[in-house]
Amino acid sequence: VSELVPAATLAPARAKRRGTAGRYGLWIATAALFIALPHIFTSGTALTTMSLMGIAIIFALSYNMLLGQTGMLSFGHAVYYGLGGFLPLPLIPIVGGFAGLLFGVIFGSVSTRRAGTAFAMISLGLGELVASSALILRNFFGGEEGITTNRTKLFRIFDFSFGPQYHVYYLIAAWCLICMIAMYALTRTPLGRMCNAVRENPERVHFIGYNPQVIRFFAFCLAGFFAGIAGGLAAINFEIVNSAYVGAGQSGLVLLAAFIGGVGFFIGPILGAILVTYLQVMLSDVTDVWQLYFGLLFVGMVMFAPFGIAGLLMMHEPLWRARTLPRVVPAYAMALVTGLATLTGVLLAIEMTVHLTVKASDGPMMSFLRIKFSAHSVLPWIIAVLLIGVGGWLSRRVWPLAAAAFHEAMARARERRQPA
Amino acid sequence: VLELVVVSTLNGVLFGMLLFLMASGLTLIFSMMGVLNFAHASFYMLGAFFGFQVSQRFGFWPALIIAPILVGVVGALVERYGLRNVHRHGHVAELLFTFGLAFVIEEVVQMIWGKAPVDYRVPPALDFSAFTIFSTNYPAYKMFMLLFAIGIFVVLLLVLTRTRVGLIIQAALTHPNMVGMLGHNVPRVFMLVFGVGSALAGVAGVIAGPALVTQANMAALLGPILFVVVVVGGLGSLSGAFVASLLIGLVQTFAVAVNVSFADLLTALNIPVPTTFFTDIWRVTVAQVAPIIPYLLLVLILIFRPTGLLGTRDT
Repeated sequence: VSELVPAATLAPARAKRRGTAGRYGLWIATAALFIALPHIFTSGTALTTMSLMGIAIIFALSYNMLLGQTGMLSFGHAVYYGLGGFLPLPLIPIVGGFAGLLFGVIFGSVSTRRAGTAFAMISLGLGELVASSALILRNFFGGEEGITTNRTKLFRIFDFSFGPQYHVYYLIAAWCLICMIAMYALTRTPLGRMCNAVRENPERVHFIGYNPQVIRFFAFCLAGFFAGIAGGLAAINFEIVNSAYVGAGQSGLVLLAAFIGGVGFFIGPILGAILVTYLQVMLSDVTDVWQLYFGLLFVGMVMFAPFGIAGLLMMHEPLWRARTLPRVVPAYAMALVTGLATLTGVLLAIEMTVHLTVKASDGPMMSFLRIKFSAHSVLPWIIAVLLIGVGGWLSRRVWPLAAAAFHEAMARARERRQPA
Repeated sequence: VLELVVVSTLNGVLFGMLLFLMASGLTLIFSMMGVLNFAHASFYMLGAFFGFQVSQRFGFWPALIIAPILVGVVGALVERYGLRNVHRHGHVAELLFTFGLAFVIEEVVQMIWGKAPVDYRVPPALDFSAFTIFSTNYPAYKMFMLLFAIGIFVVLLLVLTRTRVGLIIQAALTHPNMVGMLGHNVPRVFMLVFGVGSALAGVAGVIAGPALVTQANMAALLGPILFVVVVVGGLGSLSGAFVASLLIGLVQTFAVAVNVSFADLLTALNIPVPTTFFTDIWRVTVAQVAPIIPYLLLVLILIFRPTGLLGTRDT
């Protein structure tokens, strides 16, 4: 899996001496942000979306403990998320966490004996096993309808009744912050470092006297624990748990979120979870085929930006530091314009196709970017083809220029850092 | 009971042969490129939908030829312009690429043909019952499926063992560099194998479409089972895939036919049925458990015999 992590992060962490403010400032700022957010975005939709984002962040970070930190590709992580929500006492997130931990211990003892593709396959098999069992064992899982809970019966602290959504938001935000700090702290412990070592070279880990299996097992259990907390929070938020929670769809989604964000960086899955949740909520209002765009985004990221969004951002960090970032702006702007033109053409073509197939009964009139037109007329199709053709052709010309500009700026940055 | 055994055996072998049509391509692709192709079942689904679309216009028999070729072309293009570019990022990226591709194909199929099943029917020429075993009419179309699948299996075997192309493919499986040195275009061989593997899955789709339900979730339903087959048989082993396909096919069909639960067994033996928290476990019948048996098998195999039944290499 070391291919997934850019070489820059493999360098030993520079031991920086920072004051207390520097060390905790970031977390205090995050806490302040969490408190302030509901006052900035006051609408009900925003509050619900932010609650979902909080859950998704915990879940994606827990997934990254496997994929990013320890190099284990799992296709069944939703098992621990879902079972965390299913436990008979789904009302306290920490209980969900222990449920996730328990199943992590059980399934982890089986699956972490193997690494690589075998581990991925076992996780897939276990995921399918649990998802199918959830439909069979009706008394426990409630079959297809699932189990409903009532969050107002939650253990009360102060005056929180957990009826209104903003109470739930603050609960989720608090847990999200705690889990983020805990998972970040874990990456700094010897265990966290050994996880990275197992990801890079399990053989050498063995040579220096550690058992990679045991390290994988610990990482797996802890990932299950945090996934369970996320599941417990989801059970509180939705007040219902059903078999879809443990299913392959949920497992796939968390993989998508973590990967799009960038598994090589701690912040990656956070970005990915926020983006994916946002797209899920917003895109599903705008278009019927939002999942298609999702899949295309993922495939595009795998092909062109395997380090994810965080990887793209971090690539430019040395430029930012050496103040050579402005050098790339013109080339990037050109690449952006041509890319956007191609993208618009593709979106237009897809939307018109959808309008003529799935939504054929609605008639040919449709709107795209708030322009109304008929999907039967020829002009929009010509525009779409032109945008894709010309935009694509120009992109092929311009993008290498952008890459060249990046390398040039990078070379400059290196010169400035080490004056001859 | 005898009737049940005969019919279930026939159905099991049929399902097994269908699985093998797909598993053979999947395992060939894996042993050549080291890629577990998540999108393989998606090519099966594409085969079914292309078959439906072509048979609407030209009838079933042309569809049986045209649709797999179309699927094969799509597969070759995916290899040439997608997978080959991802290759430099390593195996995990390749796995993730096919994972995303499966997602995209499902969405595209949903976009074009909708979520509801399409009306893909058995061709009239085969819409009669072939023979009657103990009052059960066995449809001719199923016999056709069985014979067709076996025919393709034989052809595949002959091509792989008796022709020059087959020999090059076999050589490229184990010694890709040496084959390259001898002047063969290994990337093109890869593309060919990927295309032919996809086309085989497409064939399975075209002939399975009318017998099963042709709808947008058929890939998601079958994909995991396919993985079970190739892993249980041993990754990269064609004969292992064959054995595992038949095994899974038979186990699945027989399990569905057996409607007995633990509770029935205990009652028959005059033991009281426990009424504890997990009462479900005792009441679940074998038929209900059928969907999870393959996964149980997969997990057990991966733990106790990681090379699979007939495989030689460790996953």
